[in-house]
Amino acid sequence: MTLRDALICFNGLLQRELLRFVQQRSRFFSALVRPLLWLVVFASGFRAALGIAIIAPYETYITYEVYIVPGLCAMIILFNGMQSSLSMVYDREMGSMRVLLVSPMPRPFLLLSKLLATSLISLLQVYGFLVIAWFWGVEAPLWGYLTALPAFLLVAMMLSAIGLFISAKIKQLENFAGVMNFVIFPMFFLSSALYPLWKMREASEWLYWICAWNPFSHGVELIRFALYQQVNSTALSIVIIVTLVASIVAVRGFQPQQGMGKR
Amino acid sequence: MRYLTKLVPSVALALSTAIVCHQAVAETAYVSNEKDDTLSIIDLDTLEVTDTIAVGERPRGIIFSHDKTRLYICASDSDTVQVMDLKNNRIIAQLPSGEDPEQFALHPDDRRLYIANENDAVVTVVDVTTQEVISQIDVGVEPEGMAVSPDGKWALATSETTNMVHWIDTETHEVVDNTLVDQRPRHIEFNKEGTTVWASSEIGGTVSIIDVASRQISHKLHFKIKGVHPDKIQPVGIKLTDDGKYAFVALGPANHVAVVDAKTYEILDYLLVGRRVWHMEFNTDQSRLLTTNGISGDVSVIDLDRMKVIKSIKVGRYPWGIRIKP
Repeated sequence: MTLRDALICFNGLLQRELLRFVQQRSRFFSALVRPLLWLVVFASGFRAALGIAIIAPYETYITYEVYIVPGLCAMIILFNGMQSSLSMVYDREMGSMRVLLVSPMPRPFLLLSKLLATSLISLLQVYGFLVIAWFWGVEAPLWGYLTALPAFLLVAMMLSAIGLFISAKIKQLENFAGVMNFVIFPMFFLSSALYPLWKMREASEWLYWICAWNPFSHGVELIRFALYQQVNSTALSIVIIVTLVASIVAVRGFQPQQGMGKR
Repeated sequence: MRYLTKLVPSVALALSTAIVCHQAVAETAYVSNEKDDTLSIIDLDTLEVTDTIAVGERPRGIIFSHDKTRLYICASDSDTVQVMDLKNNRIIAQLPSGEDPEQFALHPDDRRLYIANENDAVVTVVDVTTQEVISQIDVGVEPEGMAVSPDGKWALATSETTNMVHWIDTETHEVVDNTLVDQRPRHIEFNKEGTTVWASSEIGGTVSIIDVASRQISHKLHFKIKGVHPDKIQPVGIKLTDDGKYAFVALGPANHVAVVDAKTYEILDYLLVGRRVWHMEFNTDQSRLLTTNGISGDVSVIDLDRMKVIKSIKVGRYPWGIRIKP
């Protein structure tokens, strides 16, 4: 495998994802509407006009809208990562994954390229959301939008890898829908996306510990700090480790025969 | 050699300019902590507290002498005004202030200090040079806000219970007129020209703008913040920019500072700061505004070019007064 071959292959995968993204307008639209509903409706109810106590990386008091924006960025990535994993199950069932896997490229390379392609698509949606949030009055420091880019990409890789790992374990499309409910929602709600962890701790100690162990929390915090031009080293290490472990396990466990072969 | 003679003075000039510039940048904020009986000192370059100094009991209003070498401190529960030498931050004198001094204002002559004595319903005038009381003037119940007009002709006191602005003639030291304002006037501030005076009413929730020539209210500001109950909007501190563009009003337990167009009296924005914001101060070039937030025990820093709160700095308990030295 030369670098040129690899790039051609990756480019093909990326273009396929892009094509899917452009063709499924409703998907892009829903990916934007979902976090916007949270920002405009949910956050308005909890507006906290009198300010939320100062926690890192914020240096002064913030409104609730400002607090949840990083969590909502992570939510976009989470849904996107899981949706693309869903598409892998679909691909597998419909046979297009088999077509992909007859490529002479090594399987891990193909799968990781697909993860990366999905992650890049997520970025488009995240920045689309951030632009709207800006007009809604939630502004991060200007450079923060750039420093957050690697964080977005890393978190997207982590969540896609987790999605791939789950999809590798699923035999059929119907099962996957169930897992979505048991994966996406707990991951999102049991994290620091909607409430600061100290607030969770006030509610219950065990809830706090679940949130603190949830890799998604660390993804959210990595994004939150990066948006304010800071590095949260704990979150960064955990996200890297989870991404590596999930990728390795997912790539090893991915059996293209599973979908059709077993039926 | 000719070049050298030209070069040396210009290098010296550049160096001294650099030093002066550096000194000008390194500003210091003094914050009185009402519950801790201390002053917190903040370096405005690093935005960090560099020192905490013990002073008299319950320090509230603070003010510089005109040359900024001394700081006067209302030590309310010690019933005195302390004088701090800013070279070494030591208290060098205690002025007779009358009982419970809260806010005060220094006359343009740099000598007469007009002190509101909340419990006694009087304004005490002290000569800071001779350290003697010149006069005591009866005003309304619970005087608090104090201001002297830029031309030195008027000393104004606001009485929290009588709800009045009292006009004291600084020649005769007599109250010559009163202007009725909304409930519980807390603070009063002249514009730079001395043509208008702004008085905040804490319970009334308004700011009255009074024309100095007629001593009548010409405008009244009302505030409304989305998501904040109107009862929480309690205006206290007021600051006006020298260029006459903006006024800032601290809205107490509403945790916001209102940005007002000082020409049209339109409220332009509300900036979120710490809890129960009362008093404020500009830095020297008026590019920043610092606020004291009593309940959260911090000072919020507002960048006035961007109209954004950039940081809140933890100080002592119940920060009250604030002044900034270049």
